[in-house]
Amino acid sequence: MALSSDTLFLLGVAVVKVVVVLLVLLTAIAYIVWLERKLVAHIQSRWGPYRVGPYGLMQPMADGLKFLFKEDIVPLEVDRFVYWLAPFLSFTLAMLTFAVIPFGGSFKLFGHEIYLQIADLNVGLLYIFAVTSLGVYSIALAGWSSNSKYPLFGGLRSSAQMISYELSLGLAVVGTLMISGSLSLRDIVNSQTGTWHLAGTNTFLPHWNIFVQPVGFIVYFIAAIAETNRIPFDLPEGETELVGGYHTEYSSFKFAMFFMAEYANMVTVSCIATLLFFGGWHGPVFGPAWLHVLLPVFWFALKVFCFLFFYIWTRGTLPRFRYDQLMAFGWKFLLPVALLNILATSFVVAWIGT
Amino acid sequence: MLNQYGPILIFFAIAAIFPIATLAVAKYVRPRPKQSAEKLMPYECGITPESDARGRYTVRFYIIAILFVIFDVETIFLFPWAVQFRVLGLFGLVEMLVFLGILIIGYIWLWKRGALEWI
Repeated sequence: MALSSDTLFLLGVAVVKVVVVLLVLLTAIAYIVWLERKLVAHIQSRWGPYRVGPYGLMQPMADGLKFLFKEDIVPLEVDRFVYWLAPFLSFTLAMLTFAVIPFGGSFKLFGHEIYLQIADLNVGLLYIFAVTSLGVYSIALAGWSSNSKYPLFGGLRSSAQMISYELSLGLAVVGTLMISGSLSLRDIVNSQTGTWHLAGTNTFLPHWNIFVQPVGFIVYFIAAIAETNRIPFDLPEGETELVGGYHTEYSSFKFAMFFMAEYANMVTVSCIATLLFFGGWHGPVFGPAWLHVLLPVFWFALKVFCFLFFYIWTRGTLPRFRYDQLMAFGWKFLLPVALLNILATSFVVAWIGT
Repeated sequence: MLNQYGPILIFFAIAAIFPIATLAVAKYVRPRPKQSAEKLMPYECGITPESDARGRYTVRFYIIAILFVIFDVETIFLFPWAVQFRVLGLFGLVEMLVFLGILIIGYIWLWKRGALEWI
C-alpha cells in the first residue's frame, strides 16, 4: 500500500505535534517543581532555591542530573519486573492523557487545517478518565512489588483514596456534559464561546460553564486534588506516618518517574478544569493573524497556570486530613453533592428545553 | 478510526521512549558501590523487618473497592445519558430518575449499615 503525500504530511505533523507537546510538558513539569519550591518557601518566609542560576532557575536541571547520577538501590526481595513496571506505567500514563487535550484553535498550513491538539477523539473526556483510572495500577503495583510494609500501606491507602474520589470526579463533570452535549473536548470548549446576554443587555460575562455549574466545578476541583494525592489529601505519602508512601523503596530515576508523574497529573487536571469550566482557550483575541493563533494558546496556558498556582497555594496553607476524615468527606459529602448537582442540572436543562 | 487513534499510538510510542532511554542512560552513569545485606533490606526506619510485608490487611479496603465498582458503573451509564440528554427529553429524564433513585436508595442503605464508616 503506497502512502499518499497527504497522509505522509499529516503523519509528519502528528509526530511534530507529539514531540513539541512532550518537550513543553517536560519543561513545564520541571519548572512547576521550581515554582512550587519557590512559592511554598515564600509563603513560609524562606528564600527557596536561589543558588543554581539566577533565582535558582537552573535548579530543575541540577535536580534532574542528580537523579541521573544517584545510586539505584533495589531491595533484595522485590518483584523485579513489577518493581520496574510501576514507575514506567506511572510516567507514560500521566503523559498519555495529554494526547486529547486541545490547547488552542486551528490554523492553515499548506492547505491543511492543523488543529492545536494531538487527537480529537469523539470520546475525549472518557479517554482521559480511562487513562487516569489506570494510574491507580501503577501505585498499587509499586506498593505491592516493593515487599516492604510502608509502601504496601501507602499503596493500599492511595488506591482506596483514588478510587473513592474518582467517583466524585466523574459525577461532577456530568453536568457540563448535559449542557454541551458532547464528550469531545474541542466541542465542549466550543460550546462555551461568546458572552452571556441578560435580557438584551450586552454583558462582559463570558459564556463559561463555571457560571452555570459552580457546584460541579467545586466538587471537581476538590476531587482532583485528592486524585493527584496532593495536600491536604496527601495521605499516601504522609511522611509522619508512612515514611514516603508507595515510593519509599524507590531511588534514583525510578523515583523521579513517580515524581514527574505526580506533577504531570496536576497539569492534566488543571487542563481539564480549564477546558470544562473556564472556556478553554477562549479569551480576548486581537491583532494580526498570527496573534489569532498564539493568543488562545496563551489564554489557555494562563488559566492552567492559575490552577497550578492555586494547587501550590493550598499546599502552603492547609494541614493534612486524617484518613477516616478523608474517606468520610469523599463518600458522605462529595458523592451526594455531585449526585444532587446532576439531578438539579437535569431538571433545569429539561425545564429550559421545554 | 486510524485518523483519530493513530496520533495517540505515536504519542504513546514517543512518551514510552523517554523513561526507557533515561533508565538505560542512568544504568551506565550512576555509581555502583558495594552492596550489603543491610543496605538491600526493606526500609523500616532502621529496625530489621520481622516478617513478610504482604500480610493481611483490613477488610475496609475490599468494601471500598466493591462500592467503587457499583458507583463507577453508574457513572459510566450517566455519561452517554448526559450527552444525549437534550435529544431524549422527558423520557430520558424519567428513566434516569428511576435509575438514580434505585442507586440513591442503595446508597442510603449503605450509609445506614455503616459501610461508609472508616474504623
